[in-house]
Amino acid sequence: MTTADATVARPATTALPRKKIRVGEQLVHGVLFIAAAISVLTTVGIVLSLVLPALDFFREVSPWEFFTGTTWAPLFLDAHFGVVPLVVGTLTISFWSSLVAFPLGLGVAIYLSEYAAPRATAFLKPILEILAAIPTVVLGYFALTFVTPFLRDIGLEVEIFNALSASLVLGVMLIPTVATLSEDAMAAVPRDLRDGGYALGADKLQVSTKIVVPAAISGIIAAFVLAFSRAVGETMIVLIAAGQLAQITFDPRETIATITAFIGATGNGDVPTGSIEYKTIFAVGLTLFVMTLIMNLISIRLVRKYREVYE
Amino acid sequence: MTSLASTAPSIAADKPRRLWRNRIFMWAMLFCMFVAFGTLVVLLVDTFITGWPAVTKQLLTGLPSTVPAEAGARPAILATLYLGALVLLFSVPIGVLTAIYLEEYANHERWWNRLIEVNIQNLAAVPAIVYGILGLAFIVRGIGVGRVVLAGGLILTLVVLPTVVVSSREAIRAVPDTIRQGAFALGATKWQVVWRQVLPASIPGIATGSILALSRAVGETAPLIMVGAITYVAFNPTLLGPYTALPVQIYNWTRQPSADFQVLAAAGAIVLLVIVLSMNAVAIFLRNRYRRQW
Amino acid sequence: MVSEDMTQMESPRIDSGKIAEVSHGLERSVVERRDKVFSVSDLRVAYGGNIALQDVNLDVHKNTVTAFIGPSGCGKSTFIRCFNRMNDLIPGAKVSGTVLYHGEDLYGRDVDEVEIRRRIGMVFQKPNPFPKSIYDNIAFGPRVLGMDGSMDERVEGSLRQAALWEEVKDRLKDGALGLSGGQQQRLCIARALAVEPEVILMDEPASALDPISTTRIEDLMHELKRNYTIIIVTHNMQQAARVADMTAFFSVLVDEDGAGRRGILVEYDSTTKIFTTPSDKRTEDYVTGRFG
Repeated sequence: MTTADATVARPATTALPRKKIRVGEQLVHGVLFIAAAISVLTTVGIVLSLVLPALDFFREVSPWEFFTGTTWAPLFLDAHFGVVPLVVGTLTISFWSSLVAFPLGLGVAIYLSEYAAPRATAFLKPILEILAAIPTVVLGYFALTFVTPFLRDIGLEVEIFNALSASLVLGVMLIPTVATLSEDAMAAVPRDLRDGGYALGADKLQVSTKIVVPAAISGIIAAFVLAFSRAVGETMIVLIAAGQLAQITFDPRETIATITAFIGATGNGDVPTGSIEYKTIFAVGLTLFVMTLIMNLISIRLVRKYREVYE
Repeated sequence: MTSLASTAPSIAADKPRRLWRNRIFMWAMLFCMFVAFGTLVVLLVDTFITGWPAVTKQLLTGLPSTVPAEAGARPAILATLYLGALVLLFSVPIGVLTAIYLEEYANHERWWNRLIEVNIQNLAAVPAIVYGILGLAFIVRGIGVGRVVLAGGLILTLVVLPTVVVSSREAIRAVPDTIRQGAFALGATKWQVVWRQVLPASIPGIATGSILALSRAVGETAPLIMVGAITYVAFNPTLLGPYTALPVQIYNWTRQPSADFQVLAAAGAIVLLVIVLSMNAVAIFLRNRYRRQW
Repeated sequence: MVSEDMTQMESPRIDSGKIAEVSHGLERSVVERRDKVFSVSDLRVAYGGNIALQDVNLDVHKNTVTAFIGPSGCGKSTFIRCFNRMNDLIPGAKVSGTVLYHGEDLYGRDVDEVEIRRRIGMVFQKPNPFPKSIYDNIAFGPRVLGMDGSMDERVEGSLRQAALWEEVKDRLKDGALGLSGGQQQRLCIARALAVEPEVILMDEPASALDPISTTRIEDLMHELKRNYTIIIVTHNMQQAARVADMTAFFSVLVDEDGAGRRGILVEYDSTTKIFTTPSDKRTEDYVTGRFG
């Protein structure tokens, strides 16, 4: 008999163990579910905090006037509640910043995904992260105190508060968003596809732009949609640099007001609770929420599509 | 028989044009990189040059004042640190527990679990200011606690909670299933497997994600504006007292027309950037150091 | 039917005569005199409606080594996981039929499947040590199960049984992931032994290892079967011939419409018989290398 045998103990009985009621396990499951439910409660809270006061608002102001009116002057004696200028302001900012973020972000993504050496990537990606980490208040300050004077210096007659400065800075801020998501999508494209292209005699440019990008297109579009949605929801940059003048204009050199700027400016001030001005915050906020929600759902659907294809 | 080589176009014929196309494309991409990183550099340099003279002991330790030369940001800095601590305290446990639930316990066939998942994805994309509205509604009315530090901390927690959940889920998912199988096969219960094997193995990833979320929370301004981080606070903040935070302070200084306040704003921005970027650096360091090769 | 005189048959890859020499397997009569540990009847396993394995009937006896062999997709891994109810962890998996463990229904309604896994241990195909120290790997099981007694002694005893003690005794606090593949697998065996099981299930334990490590694991099985009952899945026929007392051959049954594939038990007998004079032609085709 070896030492090995000596330390082996035989089970006392061969009868099957009866099921233990493991209270601890059930408790844990319960606690975990509660934690997860907090997120649901948050959404419920958001919806309630928007919808209820908004309904209140729409009792006093007709939805028709709200959604189609072109004058926004809720704080004046002769008040107007047409939200169109705010929406136009928001979309203007989003449009111009997308014009910056989409191509530049995609270019960065293609470079990182297809061209850059691993060592370069390891160095560049953290820098992108840092760009993404700059607080928006600092970006807003930069837009106001550097970009606006700079634009004037090069001859563009921009007003002190203008859409262009804010859009440019916001666009650059969104480059990492577009780049990271697009790069993920491109990395998911299998190597075989690229090899097939090279084997046919295509060069790197053709493989990258005609094979990889189309193959990753749903992920790339998801990136665009997400970036656009972020631009729509951005507050501080536009609040500081784009102004609070709700007017409909398509000239980015002029002052505008976005939905978020209005909410930020009004919520901060001494607007009496329960007044009609107070309620505008919620009606406008609800509009914003619905806009970003729709865009976000589209983006999620697109991401799922590209994940499905390759994973 | 004539050789094919003499009738077929030379394979080098297209080369110059091809080279040019590729070269131009490369320049285009490098331009994109240049814009992104160049802007970052310009921003950091400009902020630094403008603000550095005003980063004085007075700024860091003094109380605010209407006189720019004497203005300090101590209450704001302290409040920002408190808010950060609150966010860490609330978002990490709730976020990690939610992630554990979704990854290890939830049966994804059930509709309520899918609802929770979709819900978190949506919350991650809700603009921060909407969380501010949520805070406004429940603070000014309803069961609110008032315009106090605690409220600000709670709202910021909600803002970053989805991010913490997503990154924790990824860290948990990265733990290979064979580890779980091995532990189950020894007779461990589900919680024992999670608590003793899965969680310890995913701590680096969770820590990285949490610190990144924290750095974002600390830089958020819009929600705090909405829940009443007021303009002028000339005393040290307490948990249930009025406050202002550093980003809000910067915003307020930016709004002042006087150039001196612009300089102050830049100085405040430097302090904020130092806080935020050092958190990011720690997170990146953690991620690289503990990158595990399964 | 198979002809009487097997030695006349052409066996291109396996010299059936030699197999009988190599195998140290027990005779069937000896095996069947030992206590039945498991008794499987009419077992069927389905994943989400697709039948993976069906109509399995066999008995496993105490202190023997039983091998499951067969081509890939025949359900042998699915089958072995029925013995410690690891299939319960797969959502959508359904096990029907009967598995008796010492005469009692393993899948009974009030049976604690967590405790079962202590008694019926498992070693996996790819070594899966925990990302902890060697000591903590072995100690994990006893700790979570609340076993008392000296942990140091338990760790040493398990490592000795797994023939790993001499190699690691001076570095118990080192990380387990730093061990070689063969050492990691022996660590996993020691880990399973530490909780004092009765049965050890091994799902292709050596398929990820080099030949020398494989031999050591096989030697280990000979040692361990004195005190434990061992069931092993292997795709390596020679291995089955070397270590097993009883061998079960599984194969794949393709549906009439060609769409579904399900595993079935073709033949179960002493190893010697399976490899020299199998009763079923499919078994013969497989062991002589004509397919699979």
